[in-house]
Amino acid sequence: MAETIRELSGPPTTRIDGRLKVTGEALYGTDFAPGDPAWAFLKTSAIGRGRITAIDEAAAREVPGVLEILTFRNVGDRIKPGKIFAEGGYMGTSLAPLASDAVAYAGQIVAVVVAETFEAAREAAHRLEITYAAEQPSAGFGAAGVETKRANPPETASLEKGEDPRVGDFDGAFAGAAVRIDAEYATPTQHHNPIELFGSTAAWRDGKLTIWESSQNVWGFKNGLAEQLSISPDDVHIISPYIGGAFGSRGSLSQHTALVAHAARLVRRPVKLVATRDQGFSIVTYRAETRHRVRLGATRDGRLAALSHEGWEVTSRPDDYKVSGTDTTTRMYACQNIDSKVWIVNADRNTPGFMRSPPEVPYVFALECAMDELAYALEMDPVRLRLANDTMVEPIRGLPYTSRNLAACFEAASEKFGWARRSPAPRSIRDGDWLVGWGTATALYPTNVAPAAVRVRLAPNGTATVESAVHEIGTGVRTAMAIIASQELGLPVDRIAVAVGDTDLPPAPVAGGSNTTASICSAIAKACGEIRERLARTAVLDRESPLHGADAAVLELRDGSLVAPDNRHEALEHVVQRVAPGVVEAYVENVPVGAKAESAQGLYRGVPGLAGGAKLKDRIQFAFGAQFVEVHVHARTGEIRAPRAVGAYSFGRVVNPLAAKSQLMGGQIWGISAALHEATEIDRRVARYYNDDLAEYLIPVNADITEIETLILPERDTQVPLGIKGVGELGNVGLNAAVANAVFHATGVRVRELPIRMEKLLGALTA
Amino acid sequence: MRPFAYERAGNAPSAVRAAGDPSQLPPTLAPTQFLAGGTTMLDLMKLDTMRPERLIDIRDLRAAYGAIEVTPAGLRLGALVTMAELGEHAEVRRAYPVIAHTMHLAASAQIRNMASLGGNVLQRSRCSYFRNGDWAACNKRQPGSGCAAIGGLNRKHAVLGVGDQCISAYPGDFAQALVALDAEVELLGAAGARRLRFAELHTGPQRPELETVLAPGELITGFLVPAGPWTRRSLYVKVRDRDSYAYAVASAAVALDLDGDTVRGARIGLGGVAYRPWRAREAEDLLAGKPLTEASAEAAARAAFAGAVTHGENDFKPELGRRTLVRALLQAKALEA
Repeated sequence: MAETIRELSGPPTTRIDGRLKVTGEALYGTDFAPGDPAWAFLKTSAIGRGRITAIDEAAAREVPGVLEILTFRNVGDRIKPGKIFAEGGYMGTSLAPLASDAVAYAGQIVAVVVAETFEAAREAAHRLEITYAAEQPSAGFGAAGVETKRANPPETASLEKGEDPRVGDFDGAFAGAAVRIDAEYATPTQHHNPIELFGSTAAWRDGKLTIWESSQNVWGFKNGLAEQLSISPDDVHIISPYIGGAFGSRGSLSQHTALVAHAARLVRRPVKLVATRDQGFSIVTYRAETRHRVRLGATRDGRLAALSHEGWEVTSRPDDYKVSGTDTTTRMYACQNIDSKVWIVNADRNTPGFMRSPPEVPYVFALECAMDELAYALEMDPVRLRLANDTMVEPIRGLPYTSRNLAACFEAASEKFGWARRSPAPRSIRDGDWLVGWGTATALYPTNVAPAAVRVRLAPNGTATVESAVHEIGTGVRTAMAIIASQELGLPVDRIAVAVGDTDLPPAPVAGGSNTTASICSAIAKACGEIRERLARTAVLDRESPLHGADAAVLELRDGSLVAPDNRHEALEHVVQRVAPGVVEAYVENVPVGAKAESAQGLYRGVPGLAGGAKLKDRIQFAFGAQFVEVHVHARTGEIRAPRAVGAYSFGRVVNPLAAKSQLMGGQIWGISAALHEATEIDRRVARYYNDDLAEYLIPVNADITEIETLILPERDTQVPLGIKGVGELGNVGLNAAVANAVFHATGVRVRELPIRMEKLLGALTA
Repeated sequence: MRPFAYERAGNAPSAVRAAGDPSQLPPTLAPTQFLAGGTTMLDLMKLDTMRPERLIDIRDLRAAYGAIEVTPAGLRLGALVTMAELGEHAEVRRAYPVIAHTMHLAASAQIRNMASLGGNVLQRSRCSYFRNGDWAACNKRQPGSGCAAIGGLNRKHAVLGVGDQCISAYPGDFAQALVALDAEVELLGAAGARRLRFAELHTGPQRPELETVLAPGELITGFLVPAGPWTRRSLYVKVRDRDSYAYAVASAAVALDLDGDTVRGARIGLGGVAYRPWRAREAEDLLAGKPLTEASAEAAARAAFAGAVTHGENDFKPELGRRTLVRALLQAKALEA
């Protein structure tokens, strides 16, 4: 396969829905309130493990306006359990909601109060008395009672499936290496905390269910809810036109959605739920905490001879969810002897899930910190070390990358950053009372493409509509779709109307794995191609057309006309009417190369197979980038700030440089946040989250982010559809390591456990 | 949140009368509460941690208690002055910089626009074990239930003035400046008006549910900050995890009266590290009459934290607190006053 790529970088285009968003006219999932809804409020468990022994509803029922109280006593098996997303299902947890008296984790939904108003539902929930028989929960790593096991049992681990990648003889090569690093790293629990709170609104009419909920997987929700509620997917309609942040948290069904649907059925009117911020920490998935051991062996001139990455991840009791980031970290550098293993630790926690760059954020942190440690051990520039191990062939199976532009990214970003002026010794740069450090790391992400369906309609007046149930999670997908349709149909962007986020539209895959732009743009290009072909065939056969007799294959849609190479042309208003009265329409189900043929059917079941990354048979598909960051550490009190970050990224064709830049910049800021701030703290005695609000779960504020430079290096990749690799997740990979490396450069303290906070540096600061 | 009656008081006597309910419960537990900016009260009501039955809105009292007066004797601050107003006041910024610092280093612009000075000093603990009723043990919320922070997560908790009943840190910033500058607080209650040293307003951890010596129904109406040769050379250093909108991990309010390098008088308040607004008198006494140097600042800081008690996660706080105070003292010395 060799793709013809129209242009490497598309027109910088402001968002076609930007005005609606900034004026408040765009309706997000929790903005809808159809048909005088009743309001739901959740009650969540006060214990981390045990059973409910009594529920006293009397005081709650007395609150005026209370309509219904859902508990395990009246829900039970009425909502069916389902498989988690990672195992081919739709759910964030395999535990059905309110199924029994068992409490599996702190903050589990134990009741839903439905009332005339939000306030009445909240008050009644507060008055609902639940008595528990508490048992001692196991909070996570090191706790008594957890179960630790290999994610891929050695006897069945399959290299073909990408499990526990390994090659050569790690033990021998490591033992014989001239320079060795052996270090352990840790990353904390983190929560997505999208600004739009979690919630759902449900309405039934004639046995058909409509759900308004911000979802990054509407067709998955449609099918999953049908399974949970024992109804036909045809009777479930999901509406999610705008999403106030998702980052992975809205890709699988959380327990509350089916509960709201069930409640609406019971009270015979629409029911709306908006959960509180603290409930958002326990009712949806999160990024699990991880532990790592990385061993690197290198020659004196900095070539990797041995690389081993072992990871440990916390998950729930019922679900063996894992991210297994060794799939990526073993594909980063040339090395002939590689080993990797992943363990999962089942604890009394909610099931974790996807959070932007799920495997890469924790696993690349560990490897890229170890690479920095190796650079210091070798007395070698960290950029030069990475370039010395650059490769165009991945080391595990010897497959080529579809494209890999890492060296150019390092060159561009280090130039912009001024890396050449760096003095390598720790504590060697100072600015008044502040120690200054510079750090770098590689970013990479295994991008994907998936089947997608789209309907394109071209009207005689030179307007077009493009419809597909993709998801506007803030990335500007409508605009990307309009740009591609504009290029393929030869129309201005403002003549293209785009509809997304609704299961009445043709199915599209989950917004995950950085697949959406490549997937939907491929489908749009194909649909536009079909329209062009139909117009061309009709025109050349029609004696009335100025294009009569031309070669249909070479006619192009351009500037509102169908145009021949000899400049004969016919305006759309005429040529469209020749094909059909009204509009010309194409409905396309695109199955990209590498995806299974039957995956088009999977689209309608909400389980399309993603293809890409390291899962392809004959090549592997990664986007790359280089991260640089400057940190300042107060020499006396140890506060850490990151006033400057520079990144350069290469991810194939750039559909909309403006949107891509925003996406990457947000990732860079998140990388700083993940390094310095974000950690959900758990009281291990009771396995309960402590800092479950935005006053205590810190993210950077404007004052923390001073200067972010985002460089995009458009790249010709002829091995991926339309040349698009995808940029959704790349930006926040590796920057956490770059910050840790910069902190080492500033202070001489190697912090191997995130987040990096002042108390970890205080002992080494003498000022 | 539970239903409550809402009333607006037209003047101070009627506000105090309205709050004078027969329960005679201390102000933190009383069924009737004053409402000014609401930035703490409404927050805790939504969490179901505070459950007042009646709110007396005192914002109409701004005519009487909404002024900032700067006189040769000092500052008089009405309790209903907003944090934003005080932080932006030109004369306060010039002559009492430490007070202005504690305003604009606190909270966010939105909160500073709403929050009143009287409510600011009464801000309640940020300890999650207190704020969220799903935690079983909190003596402040449920007297006698224990303290989950001892043996639990206590990075943000106090190391000075703590007890077995409670180790939560006083969260505010303004109070550190008030306590350092020997401010007084003006009160109005059923028994009439009275004036109190601000340092005596907050109580210790023996009964964490009480927090202040305010009588039932008593209202803070203002603050008096005496003038002095130290107020010009004053500042607030706030060490925190991010650059804005975060509570102090450690802070120091410092005001110095210097004769050359020699300290005629030092006034020190410490935040983020103490159970209540904290005056570091031992440190002040050590500094008095001596040249201010790195060494004398460190000796003073050691004295300030001599009685620190830590609980695991907050083991670093005495060291951080000492460094914060040294930094504040040396920065204050370097000021042009």
